[in-house]
Amino acid sequence: MTKRFGNTAVVDQLSLDVYEGEFFALLGPSGCGKTTLLRLIAGFVQPNAGHILLDGVDLAPVPPYRRPVNMMFQNYALFPHLTAEDNIAFGLKQDGLSRREIAIRVADMLALTRLEGFGTRKPHQLSGGQRQRVALARSLAKRPRVLLLDEPMAALDKKLRGETQFELMELQRKLGLTFIIVTHDQSEAMTVADRIAVMDRGHLMQVAPAAEIYERPNSRWVADFVGEINLFQGRLGDDGLSVEGTAAGNLHVATKAEAAPGAVVWVAVRPEKVRLSCEPPTPALPNCIAGAVVDIAYLGDVSVYKLRIRDGSIVQAAVANVGGSGSAFGFGEQVSLSWPAEAAIVLTH
Amino acid sequence: MRKMSAVNVAALVLGLAFLYIPIAVLVIYSFNASRLVAVWGGWSTRWYAELFNDAPLIDAAVTSLRVALASATAATILGTLAALALARFGRFRGRLPFAAMIYAPLVMPEVITGLSLLLLFVAIAVDRGFWTVAVAHTTMAMCFATVIVQSRLADFDTSLEEAAMDLGAPPLRTFVSVTLPLIVPAIVAAWMLAFALSLDDLVIASFTTGPGTTTLPIRIYSEVRLGVKPEMNAMCSIMVGVVGAAVIIASLFVKLTGSRGAAGR
Amino acid sequence: MKRRQPGSSWRRFAIGFPYAWLVAFFLAPFLIVLKISLSQTAIAQPPYTPVLDLAAGWRGVTDFFNGLSFENYGLLGSDPLYLLSYVKSIEIAAFSTLMLLVVGLPIAYAIARTPRRWQAIFVLLVALPFWTSLLIRIYSWMNILQREGPLNDLLMGLGIVKEPPAWLATDTAIYIGVVYSYLPFMVLPLYASLEKLDESLLEAAADLGCPRWKIFWLVTLPLSSSGILAGVLLCFIPIVGEFVIPDLLGGSQSPMIGQTIWTEFFGNKDWPAASAVAVVLVFLLVTPIVIYQHQAMRVAERD
Repeated sequence: MTKRFGNTAVVDQLSLDVYEGEFFALLGPSGCGKTTLLRLIAGFVQPNAGHILLDGVDLAPVPPYRRPVNMMFQNYALFPHLTAEDNIAFGLKQDGLSRREIAIRVADMLALTRLEGFGTRKPHQLSGGQRQRVALARSLAKRPRVLLLDEPMAALDKKLRGETQFELMELQRKLGLTFIIVTHDQSEAMTVADRIAVMDRGHLMQVAPAAEIYERPNSRWVADFVGEINLFQGRLGDDGLSVEGTAAGNLHVATKAEAAPGAVVWVAVRPEKVRLSCEPPTPALPNCIAGAVVDIAYLGDVSVYKLRIRDGSIVQAAVANVGGSGSAFGFGEQVSLSWPAEAAIVLTH
Repeated sequence: MRKMSAVNVAALVLGLAFLYIPIAVLVIYSFNASRLVAVWGGWSTRWYAELFNDAPLIDAAVTSLRVALASATAATILGTLAALALARFGRFRGRLPFAAMIYAPLVMPEVITGLSLLLLFVAIAVDRGFWTVAVAHTTMAMCFATVIVQSRLADFDTSLEEAAMDLGAPPLRTFVSVTLPLIVPAIVAAWMLAFALSLDDLVIASFTTGPGTTTLPIRIYSEVRLGVKPEMNAMCSIMVGVVGAAVIIASLFVKLTGSRGAAGR
Repeated sequence: MKRRQPGSSWRRFAIGFPYAWLVAFFLAPFLIVLKISLSQTAIAQPPYTPVLDLAAGWRGVTDFFNGLSFENYGLLGSDPLYLLSYVKSIEIAAFSTLMLLVVGLPIAYAIARTPRRWQAIFVLLVALPFWTSLLIRIYSWMNILQREGPLNDLLMGLGIVKEPPAWLATDTAIYIGVVYSYLPFMVLPLYASLEKLDESLLEAAADLGCPRWKIFWLVTLPLSSSGILAGVLLCFIPIVGEFVIPDLLGGSQSPMIGQTIWTEFFGNKDWPAASAVAVVLVFLLVTPIVIYQHQAMRVAERD
């Protein structure tokens, strides 16, 4: 599917499959087109080219009020002149259900979202979290095939966000619906989603479950976007398992890289995989270099160290504070950095 | 906290005084027992009493009210539709000339709109009277109605309309169930403005009216163009009072219901 | 929307109904004015010729076009009365717009400086006179400006003048009436743009060392230019075509263009001449609007 605004392709010849009953996340920086993609599925935007297939039926020519797809809006979009019950009932009324059926369904939805007793209130009489649940109940009332969620937790504080994430996951499992969520928060995507699509400027960078995206990113961009990463540029050795000439010397990996010997590649290592010790470890690990601590970020549960190695570049290491007395290493300390071959991968682009 | 300098306060006081003193003078003189302005004859309501005997004046007032009622309603309906078209329907074909035709009467001098409409009515050989004035007023007021409703629509949270459509309501249903209830204050304001404009209008009515249909401004104008008349002071004071009360009541009403009807959150 | 969907019939109605109305009652009339300006007067009903007689078929159409002429426009150029009217109207409109700006800016600024809660009330107070009839308000000035009226009483009482001067039937009275009537039209757009002004910009200017008047001149005014422009246009253009104010407050020696059209039409029953005057007036007025629109579009594109 392609969507252009003016001369820019906001969604550029993108093809995506979402499985039934899946909790799917669209993740990316602002402006990457994820919200546009969501709105294309909802029907508020028409594609310049392409199809949207649901059970084999192309939805593209179908207007939004006819699609078996419902959306939960970022700002909730609750009708201010209607009560919570009437908001939830709105979609059911459009379908022409009988009064009795609507009442039953609305009661179900209120129970599902733990809003019993709040049904007769108007949106301005509800708290932020309650409004969010009304919005959710309203979008689920019609039992859509696919539920679209546009950054639903952006307005919530951290604690509430965490609780809501688990509630959403439970709900999705219980109802067996397909959820597609748009978020710029990677930890949120990784928490809730079965599979994540990482997008950048209208293109899909990688589509995979969270663990795969995190541990085996397919490009430097994805590696850098999701979490922190250390990159070492060098040339692939003849056996495909070693990389020569990096700032950290010769490095070794466990999985063979898909490139020709001599090609320019990058070794990618996540900070939590880098082990710090006062002395080089024994038995020796294949990847080991010396460095000096130049910056410490104490985060309570972990400390993130920035270390300067031989050629002047900076390597990040995240170490859990198991000691109970703050960071294990101090400023300026000379330490040894090491990691096993399995902890790193080779990226070719 | 903003500070108001003495200059600001003076400007405000002088400005408001300037705006209201003439009206105050008008009202005071309507109670002047003496016919001559130079002589203060004491307080009296005789001019108000004389108004009730002035049959042609009462007729004109009734006619004006009927015209205003008809044209305000028509103008509000047309204006709301036009505002909807401009604010929601994006770049439709012919949007530019449409917008131009909507906004032009706002600044066009009334003699020209009046003249052109009269020539139209003559060209299609229509008898001029109540309906021609009503049509003319509708056309003139429609633009104001559009501006008022459009600015409310622009402030409106469009995600509400998207949500309605997402839940299955086709565009007309969305408009009626979601948009309309939330822009009612603007529509009411537009109606009132159209009503006031029609009631007040002299020039366009003069051009487009016919024998037998005299509106209040036309009557007042023919009375006063030769000089001040105390009965007219009384008539005008009544009109000022009625309009003033209506506007104040309307604003209070808006204030009381306004904030809750706001969009979105 | 290029796709044919149900619900598009609603759209077509919503656009079509007002559109049709405007074409019928705004565009068509103007075209007729154009046509009549090219005709001549006749002692007939309607009082102009040629009249398009479609019953006469093609001959009728050609006769029609043969009967048109630019004679009336020539008349406009040759008779000084019209030229003087245009000039007078533009002159009065220009000066009174300037006065409106000078008087209106302090008031708008003052309202913008009142505490937020009070602003709506002041805006209402300024707008309230607008709701009462223009006719009534001008008439109220007739009361005041009479020779034996309260203004002269005041002036004589204060010893400023010995003899009561005549205010009515002068240009001064017209200026007073115009400024009085159009003040809300100037104050409200000015206030709207002043109110949007970001306080922190003024504070930044003060922090960098600007005294209050300089802040006003260097920061406030330039940033409210859109409001000023709107106010100026909203006042200037209708003032040019004003009729009621000069008719009731002014003298008959040099009429404004609105009065000229009225006299030609109702007084001399010369519809073609009145139409020609109107057409020229419209073109005179459309030019600033087109320029303004152009500017507005450029600003919008820049944002």
